[in-house]
Amino acid sequence: MLDKEGIAKRIAKEIKDGYYVNLGIGIPTLVANYIPKGMDVVLQSENGLLGIGPFPFEGEEDPDTINAGKQTITILPGSAIFDSAMSFGMIRAKKVDLTILGAMEVSEHGDIASWKIPGKMVKGMGGAMDLVASAENIIVAMQHVNKAGESKLLSKCSLPLTGINCVKKIVTELAVLQVLPEGGFKLLERAPGVSVEEIKAATAGKLIVEGEVPEMVI
Amino acid sequence: MLKVVSGADEAVHDIQDGMTLMLGGFGLCGLPEKCIAALVKKGVKNLTCISNNAGVDDFGIGLMLKQRQVKKMISSYVGENAEFERQLLSGELEVELIPQGTLATRCMAAGYGMPAIFTPAGIGTEVAVGKEVRNFNGKDYLMEMAFDADFAIVKAWKGDTMGNLVYRSTARNFNPVMAMAGKVTIAEVEELVEAGEIDPDHVHTPGIYVHRIFKGENYEKRIEQRTVRKK
Repeated sequence: MLDKEGIAKRIAKEIKDGYYVNLGIGIPTLVANYIPKGMDVVLQSENGLLGIGPFPFEGEEDPDTINAGKQTITILPGSAIFDSAMSFGMIRAKKVDLTILGAMEVSEHGDIASWKIPGKMVKGMGGAMDLVASAENIIVAMQHVNKAGESKLLSKCSLPLTGINCVKKIVTELAVLQVLPEGGFKLLERAPGVSVEEIKAATAGKLIVEGEVPEMVI
Repeated sequence: MLKVVSGADEAVHDIQDGMTLMLGGFGLCGLPEKCIAALVKKGVKNLTCISNNAGVDDFGIGLMLKQRQVKKMISSYVGENAEFERQLLSGELEVELIPQGTLATRCMAAGYGMPAIFTPAGIGTEVAVGKEVRNFNGKDYLMEMAFDADFAIVKAWKGDTMGNLVYRSTARNFNPVMAMAGKVTIAEVEELVEAGEIDPDHVHTPGIYVHRIFKGENYEKRIEQRTVRKK
């Protein structure tokens, strides 16, 4: 079974040289720490930056320079700054190669619910609806089951949706799964020490297992 | 030019109860803090505020919420404000949550003189309820209307007496698109220079969009999430 860092490490393997990548808040943010050295990857921040750098050293914070999570950051050489309309313009026009975000639920048709729990204070969708509606390559990073022990991989989402038919791949503490165009979660890899049976038990939606499922290498 | 005003009080003097305002900024970054302070002082009420966020309890639009000056917020994310939450749950405050890209592009449409945009954001979700859907090349898009705001209030780093604006770093965010979208646009700047001192090639917002400009003093520029690494 993987911890959060492990999930981030495994997702980092999906990043290719030359990619522009948008990382959501939570586990996706950790992925930045595992991008292989020597790879040219540019991180997009939807508040208007291509080229997110590491957090500033103490005393060097710039209130004008933040990421989409409103954290102080630095800007790497070769970066570009732009306004919010252009930021979502490049997202809508599919210029961003990979989008990694968290979710509360994903359906076997690639629907995602990530922004609202009825009866609880709703904070808003931020840029998530824009990202999932336009991005072609979306990976969800999340826990396989929620705190109550219920599966987050469902045949149909129960929570209000963020977008439909959009998630392509899911990485959890148990497995890597691909959402098939015809519906269903195809099991691609098992986390170290996790059996197919355990993954089956934690997946409420349609799980497709073909042949031997390899253990992931991270 | 007659665009230069003495300060925030003069800039907002004719903002009336019930008006619709756009306020630039992302979180507390690039926020028109001087105009917000002037609006709090003026006590104008029943405002509809279009802004990506709603500030925090004691800074940004949170200050206007505390004085019950806001009737309705149109935002994409309103997370960090306890007073906001209280007013929302008690029904005192109306809130319309819309996708962030839709918010930015509805501003852009207003500034470009276009009545509406088509975006896939929100298709298949509750955001699409009651809205016109059009299919282009096999994909569904929602029709979203351009905003109609009485005033746009923005913050820039530098401006000149012609109203030309230059922003700094990610404090740019929503400011340029909102500056273009107001019937009247007010710009507060950290540095106000004479016409000619900004290279025309470096202007982010052309002065034609800006009606009033002033230099704000002693910017607080509060940080919402101070995050650092060790040396």
